[in-house]
Amino acid sequence: MALQPRARWLSGFGQEVALPVAVMATLVVIWEISVHAFAIPVYLLPAPSRIWVDSAAMAGTIWGHTVATLNTVLIGFAVSIFISLPLAVALTSSRLVANAIYPLLVLTQAIPKVALAPILVVLLGSNELPRIVVTFLVAFFPLVIAIATGLLAVPGELIELGRSYKASKLQELWRIRIPYAIPFIFSGLKVAIALSVVGAVVGEFVNADKGLGYLIVSSTAFFQVPVAFGALILLSLLGVVLFQAVVVAERVLFPWSAKQSQGAIG
Amino acid sequence: MIQITNASKTYAARDGSTVHALSGIDLEIADAEFVSLVGPSGCGKSTLLRLVAGLAPASGGLIDVDGETVDQPRRDIGIVFQSPTLLPWETVLDNVLFPLKIMHSMSPDAPDRARALLRLVGLDGFEEKHPSELSGGMQQRAAICRALIHDPDILLMDEPFGALDALTREEMSLELLRIWTDQPKTILFVTHSIPEAVLLSDRVVVMSPRPGRIAEIINVPLPRPRTFDMEGLPEFQERSQHIRSLIFGDRGGRHGAAT
Ligand SMILES: Nc1ncnc2c1ncn2[C@@H]1O[C@H](COP(=O)(O)OP(=O)(O)OP(=O)(O)O)[C@@H](O)[C@H]1O
Ligand SMILES: [Mg+2]
Repeated sequence: MALQPRARWLSGFGQEVALPVAVMATLVVIWEISVHAFAIPVYLLPAPSRIWVDSAAMAGTIWGHTVATLNTVLIGFAVSIFISLPLAVALTSSRLVANAIYPLLVLTQAIPKVALAPILVVLLGSNELPRIVVTFLVAFFPLVIAIATGLLAVPGELIELGRSYKASKLQELWRIRIPYAIPFIFSGLKVAIALSVVGAVVGEFVNADKGLGYLIVSSTAFFQVPVAFGALILLSLLGVVLFQAVVVAERVLFPWSAKQSQGAIG
Repeated sequence: MIQITNASKTYAARDGSTVHALSGIDLEIADAEFVSLVGPSGCGKSTLLRLVAGLAPASGGLIDVDGETVDQPRRDIGIVFQSPTLLPWETVLDNVLFPLKIMHSMSPDAPDRARALLRLVGLDGFEEKHPSELSGGMQQRAAICRALIHDPDILLMDEPFGALDALTREEMSLELLRIWTDQPKTILFVTHSIPEAVLLSDRVVVMSPRPGRIAEIINVPLPRPRTFDMEGLPEFQERSQHIRSLIFGDRGGRHGAAT
């Protein structure tokens, strides 16, 4: 077949990097041309070139905002991990605990975080803390569910293997359940890191004096639409980079897990 | 010594009915004796092994090991499960060392002993591989090493050679006999192969299904060490024939499906 050499080129590096970059570049070019061709006003949709120029003009400030957001995202993400793991272990350890905690967890998910954020500011003060709490609340639930699913997915025969050598509950958890759950944990982490970015921005919308979310709110208020677009693009990039960092971490730390989840997303 | 007195096991099935997996099992196994369990699929061989291992409680009767009632797993027992059940994230070597890690009895020479065992079953060079890189038969051989690593007094083996090809199977049988002669152990060995049972065992326990019970216990008076040449001996033939007719009744005879 005539398509085969091209198909081979498209595999590996080509398909993973070159193809999406090419598609993106094409879209950007179409965007630029359309804005000029249809004379779209800059406060509606700025051209990519304009976004670049305006954002580059205040690169230093934007960098500061990016670091602030990254900070909130990472702390919120870390808190999510440190709370989700013991929570999932508790949830899966006994039916009683599960029945006691699970409805509470679902409740935290039912609360609209955007509505909760201003109340948290009143409660916790106008500082970093409410933003971290919102980030955590947005991100942790899928992680808890993923870890709990993994801990429960362990085949009975592996548990029996542990039992036959008199493994304690702790050994069973540490040597069998958690390692088995690693691929599940990482699929949860991938969702959680993406949601952490969302959570941080929600927090910044409501109360912040820095961060990319704050930059979007403030620059649109002053009709600096290209800068708002620049911040939006940076946020997306931040999300992609952080997501990829989780993917790479899995590949480096747990190669067998990454191999297992190949074919699935990430 | 393993002493099984009038043991029975009933499982509660999902639909609320009960399955009588074992009923009225009486069996005494002396120290360093090699006993095989044979019988049709579903006659309760694995269940009996699980009872002796302390992995499941008997519904009735008593199971004693060295005079102690078995109500939980014991450290002096090694088990080879019907499937390899290796930990996919550990290397073959670490899988073999798993019992020692769980029992906090890792010694400096343990990795060397594990390597020696792996060499014995023909897995040298695979120590650092992961189970997914091994064939089913190789995985089962690694599982056998794992059961031997803490040098247990009792070895419970559930069709350990089931996933092996005929040649490797014969090789492994002889290897097992060699290990058993070097370090005498009580072995309870489940197999579907009648010649294998006769060749390895001091006694062969033939079981019948629904409910699982002992149909007959056959002594194998062949001299040790055993070799595959003995399959031609009349004692061997006679006992194999007898076991076959017990399992298949009159209909099976010499055309029995079991190999
Ligand atoms: N956990 C369980 N729950 C319910 N029934 C079970 C369970 N385990 C085994 N049984 C039933 O007990 C009977 C004996 O099963 P067992 O696994 O001991 O047979 P087996 O002789 O080892 O068979 P095979 O040669 O196929 O391995 C079967 O009828 C099976 O359906
Ligand atoms: Mg079985």
